Amino acid sequence: MTAVPAAVERVLDVKQVTKQFGGLTAVNKVDFHVDSGEIVGLIGPNGAGKTTFFNCLTGLEEPTSGEIRYRGRELSGRPAEVVKTGLARTFQNIRLFPHMTALENVLVGRHCRTSTGPISAIFRGPKYKREERESTEAARGWLDFVGLARIEGELAKNLPYGDQRRLEIARALATDPGLLLLDEPTAGMNPIETRQAMELVKSIREAGLPVIVIEHDMKFIFNLCDRVAVLVQGQLLVEGTPAEVQSDHRVIEAYLGSPVE
Amino acid sequence: MTLATAAGRLSAQVQARLNGVWRPVVGVSSALLLVGSLLPWLAFSGYPGQLKSAFFLGDAGVRNYTLLLAIGCLILAFTDLPGARKAGLAVSAGALAVSLGTFLAVLNERGGLGAFAIGIILALVGSIGALLGFIAMPAGREPGRPRRRPTPIEILFVVLAQIALLAVVVYTLDVGQNDEERSSRIIGFFLFLIAVCAALNAVGVFGALSTLYRRHRGVTMVAGALAAIAFPFLISQVQDGNAYWIRVAAYIAVFAAAAIGLNIVVGQAGLLDLGYVAFFGVGAYVAALLGDARLTTSSVSLPFYLVIVVSAVAAAIFGVIIGAPTLRLRGDYLAIVTLGFGEIFRLVAQNYDDLTRGPNGISGVPNLKIGSFDFGESHTVLGTKLPYFANYYFIELLLIAFVILVFSRLGTSRIGRAWVAIREDETAAEAMGVNTIAMKLLAFAIGAFLAGGAGAINAHLATQVSPDSYTFLESVTLLAAVVLGGMGTVPGAILGSAVLIALPEKLRTFQDNRLLFYGIALILMMRFRPTGIVSSIRRKLEFDDADPTSGDAVTQAPAASHGKGMVTP
Repeated sequence: MTAVPAAVERVLDVKQVTKQFGGLTAVNKVDFHVDSGEIVGLIGPNGAGKTTFFNCLTGLEEPTSGEIRYRGRELSGRPAEVVKTGLARTFQNIRLFPHMTALENVLVGRHCRTSTGPISAIFRGPKYKREERESTEAARGWLDFVGLARIEGELAKNLPYGDQRRLEIARALATDPGLLLLDEPTAGMNPIETRQAMELVKSIREAGLPVIVIEHDMKFIFNLCDRVAVLVQGQLLVEGTPAEVQSDHRVIEAYLGSPVE
Repeated sequence: MTLATAAGRLSAQVQARLNGVWRPVVGVSSALLLVGSLLPWLAFSGYPGQLKSAFFLGDAGVRNYTLLLAIGCLILAFTDLPGARKAGLAVSAGALAVSLGTFLAVLNERGGLGAFAIGIILALVGSIGALLGFIAMPAGREPGRPRRRPTPIEILFVVLAQIALLAVVVYTLDVGQNDEERSSRIIGFFLFLIAVCAALNAVGVFGALSTLYRRHRGVTMVAGALAAIAFPFLISQVQDGNAYWIRVAAYIAVFAAAAIGLNIVVGQAGLLDLGYVAFFGVGAYVAALLGDARLTTSSVSLPFYLVIVVSAVAAAIFGVIIGAPTLRLRGDYLAIVTLGFGEIFRLVAQNYDDLTRGPNGISGVPNLKIGSFDFGESHTVLGTKLPYFANYYFIELLLIAFVILVFSRLGTSRIGRAWVAIREDETAAEAMGVNTIAMKLLAFAIGAFLAGGAGAINAHLATQVSPDSYTFLESVTLLAAVVLGGMGTVPGAILGSAVLIALPEKLRTFQDNRLLFYGIALILMMRFRPTGIVSSIRRKLEFDDADPTSGDAVTQAPAASHGKGMVTP
């Protein structure tokens, strides 16, 4: 869990990605990259196109133009294939399976890493037994990782808000991703929960997994991220270290508007 | 709403007037009802059973029911059972319904008050009094979860419950079968049955039983299977070799197998398929074509164990062909398109004369023969002569066992979890790596496979296949069986099929009105138990979301799935 890769490797490489909805350009020629071991923050005012950008990366939306490469391989196709390639995400508005237990939710994340067919499942073949045992172990492991081991039998909808966020992260981690995309992981959280979430993201990075995180909580972003990209009206405005971004007057203008002359 | 408020005001008044004296009121009224049930109801003989028989011995018709309900009222009033008020309301209302129904029926048929003897007047007064008394009764405690008892005792309860269920089924089918005035008798019995079920539900018997069933799944299934096997023997004994209900049971069994298959598609994967009967039809047509029928278009004749596999596979292929283009749609759109495909199947069957013989269908499908065992012959087993329909019934039980195996084992595998995930949030499932199209197609194909197998047996059972057996109405009835029984559960689909097929048969004496009764029964069912007769834990929770008043299930469910971390479907 503590292995840090020696050589820096380009995990995600996005070139000139554009997404248009009719006449509206939600994402406009964005260049973006993530290296191994990095936490990259993605910030910007509401409606800047951050979530649309995530949707393009994870296959929920098809980019109008541009190229997305994951570890050198071009990403395309349906979300399920993108997950199998190695990108996993959480949602801005939590999208758990409310009437499944916490453990079952995480087990759904294992789906793409298992392949038991109906016949083996019906007759409880050796493959079924092996995969089911491995999946359950892995899922319990991820529940434990996010600190939810004790409540594996609770239905997702009965969990407190903060736990639902963590469960979503555990479910994403269960897909064995090579890159994790978190869409506002602390939205609606109180300060204590926010701090816990921050610890969780840190421990994910320590486990060697690069993370892209959309967030409005600047304390979260500037404490945690190695690099921050600012998206404004679909365009990449600034990209740099937290300190650089924090002092950039264009960012302040984008958030607060320019002073009246 | 105004009706409800009026009823509320009325019950408040009753409560105010009878406050504190409800128990004597119920006691005296129940005693009146009891005495009334023992005395003759009519001044002449010949109306339900031998009503003039001076005392309750043997068949006294509907008076048996009011007598039992009176005893129920007394028990509920003078013991401290949980949920006694609701149960009392059900029982006394049931007694009132039975006696008032009889009163009105006789008034209508015999025209005049002179026909009535003292018994029915006492019964009416008594049941009204008991009803008022129970209205005034304080609400009291609700039934809680049953406490754990030693395992052998719990298993005994499970077995006894299955025996009781079997007895009730046999009695229900037999009731009024040989009466002259069977319609009154049947109505009386159903009112009685509803009242008793409502009362048992109110005091928590059904809740406790379903908990026991979940704790001892294996025993429940074995006991259920034994009860199903015992059924033809019992009904043959009771009705002296009459084949009628065994034939109905054979149809129910084949219908139930298809309904469980549909339950995979609708209940587990959440795909509303309104054309499911087409798969059943494909299986039936294939089996008829390969089964050496008398009036047919093919000369192929294969042994049945091959035929049933070919039929099921053909239906599954048909399912994939229909599913591949349509499963990209969601919700209502999918429902409409499947409806369309179901109709297309029927129209093709009706018009493709060279293969299906058009509207005439393929007829003269011979009885099944497996080895030297002829399904067309009746057999005497254990001294009971079973009509030949029992052969089909038993082979269908085997089919159902297989279908249940498929249903439950897929449900607890990664495939079943993917289905539930798709049902709950398709986008999230896709974004978590579930190949939703493939999984939905799989659900469709497996559902079709099972329906095809059931259809193959049905072709032989019905001895013919024709397009009008596979109408939209059949699809809807199958769906109704799943919904009525309880979506996502096996016993639900079986019970739903049994009710939906047996009820119209039982109500046959009402001729054209039976569809009216049938409709009323369905509406009442959906009003008072929207999750179906047997509700799955997950479904119950989904409905409780919409109904925050019934909060007990939310606290129960995690405990029910305790230790395994999974809700079993």
